[in-house]
Amino acid sequence: MDTNRFTRVDATTWRIEPHGAMRVPAIIYADEALIRDMDDKVYDQAANVATLPGIVQAAYAMPDAHWGYGFPIGGVAAFDADKGGVVSAGGVGFDISCGVRTMLTGLKISEVIAVQKSLAESLFRQIPAGVGSHGAITLDAIEMDAMLAGGARWAVERGWGEARDLERIEENGSMAGARPEYVSDRAKERQRREMGTLGSGNHYLEIQGVAEILDQNVAATFGLSADDVVVTIHCGSRGLGHQIGTEFLKEMVVVAESSGIELVDRELACAPINSEVGQRYLGAMRAAINCALANREILGHYARRIFDHYFLNCDLRLLFDVSHNTCKVESHMVEGKRRALFVHRKGATRAFGPGHESLPVALRPVGQPVLIGGSMGTGSYILVGDAMAESKAFASACHGAGRALSRHAALKQWSGRKVVDELAERGIIIRSPSMRGIAEEAPGAYKDVGAVVAAAERAGLARRVARLRPLICIKG
Amino acid sequence: MNARWEHFPHDADIGLRGFGATPAEAFEQAALALTAIVTTAEVKPLTTVEVTCEAPDLELLFVDWLNAIIYEMAVRHMLFTRFAVTIEHTRLAAKLWGEPVDVARHAPACEPKGATYTALRVAETDGLWSAGCIVDV
Repeated sequence: MDTNRFTRVDATTWRIEPHGAMRVPAIIYADEALIRDMDDKVYDQAANVATLPGIVQAAYAMPDAHWGYGFPIGGVAAFDADKGGVVSAGGVGFDISCGVRTMLTGLKISEVIAVQKSLAESLFRQIPAGVGSHGAITLDAIEMDAMLAGGARWAVERGWGEARDLERIEENGSMAGARPEYVSDRAKERQRREMGTLGSGNHYLEIQGVAEILDQNVAATFGLSADDVVVTIHCGSRGLGHQIGTEFLKEMVVVAESSGIELVDRELACAPINSEVGQRYLGAMRAAINCALANREILGHYARRIFDHYFLNCDLRLLFDVSHNTCKVESHMVEGKRRALFVHRKGATRAFGPGHESLPVALRPVGQPVLIGGSMGTGSYILVGDAMAESKAFASACHGAGRALSRHAALKQWSGRKVVDELAERGIIIRSPSMRGIAEEAPGAYKDVGAVVAAAERAGLARRVARLRPLICIKG
Repeated sequence: MNARWEHFPHDADIGLRGFGATPAEAFEQAALALTAIVTTAEVKPLTTVEVTCEAPDLELLFVDWLNAIIYEMAVRHMLFTRFAVTIEHTRLAAKLWGEPVDVARHAPACEPKGATYTALRVAETDGLWSAGCIVDV
């Protein structure tokens, strides 16, 4: 888009001055090339978020921002309940608590290359992925509610995970304030046989090698060194989260209108935090967060089982598990005062800096691992929360490369078979039930993840620690 | 015969639109576009499912309709190929024909998560109805 539409604050900070119904400015963090490539709709959507009641400081967009629905993908906004602030189902999105976990394997790339094809086949056969796949777990009503209340802690108690994982998961693996009774029967029905499934679209399980260490000190604390192999899983709360999003979006469109909230876009559907619907959504949304945390814990357990089969004395340790579609109550400094705010992150990763009390002792000196999924050809990054990030965007960073081309355009440009063959030549094995799905997710359809994370670092959101390259990618 | 459907581009997700002589026909065509997000392989009309929805206006009803299909696809692990929609005021009743997903044959490309209010429009131009929105996948 046209950079003249912004006030350029510095090399990576672009401000949209309040106009029309905007209550606060909107700020996009990106370098000039990323801003030029962004769709004009990111500008419109960031400005729209700034019109919502009770918004604090500014509406933010991360360097990977792209056209979403309601909020831009890569959007961050915080609301104060005592100032008429809202909670927005559209601001969290359908895939509630979609996120990424990375597990250390203790293996070197050469050890995995030796069994690469066979390992890829086993992962593909044993990790349910894509439409029409079935999970091995069926939950009855009692277990469903226990899962929704307990999250990854529930999964560990049932034997699908390890207790030591919990401190490496946001909220220690279990989101407080979850209210399973606020989750509809339809949402529960949609999840009954979905636990331990990967989903589809841009969700994946990847075996990755550490291609480059960019910060030796932090990498050592994270347990990462060159040529190490890690397992990374990207997925969310599956059908349950989708259904909760769908139902509350519908309800909030009506509630917003009756609460006198003027929505410039119906997809911004929201309700006052201090309202019956607002509280009901928060309880259901937190239950969906637990669903996502439990799901990723179970998938991690499956990965452990498969690795155990291939490698003697293999010990998969969780580096971290962090979501990028949530609304969380957090304490942040605003104009010199600490305030409890409802921080919406839609396609943005929480990025707490060094010393944050919620981090496990081992990570506290350096900050929170920020896990950035790139495209299946170009690789991913591990970043660490920057001390400055709190003042920049309520301790948030980017979440991925962000799409540069629509699925539509990607299908016109690539065939799935060609993408698979080209990546195979570069030593990357892709397995998916759908060639068309692979074409839609072709590496060329994404922005340059390297440029995105470099911009995040320059903007003071998070610093680069390691670059990962894919060895095996299982796609839904 | 102006009944048809199309996909239109969106940065992260997929836009779909159905066209027809009536809102009901446009809704049916949009439902075909929804199936085409998942697969372009043949879907056989082997079993039927009935759904009803109700919403304050036609646009909200359209989102409800797509979400009702997405729900049936998800819980029944089915794909649908034929739709018979009737709309009275803002109440919709429909019959859906389809079959269970066969991963090998349908090679599903992606899974619709929910229909959104973004780019939502149900309107009539020169006697032709269109109904479209962005679907999150």
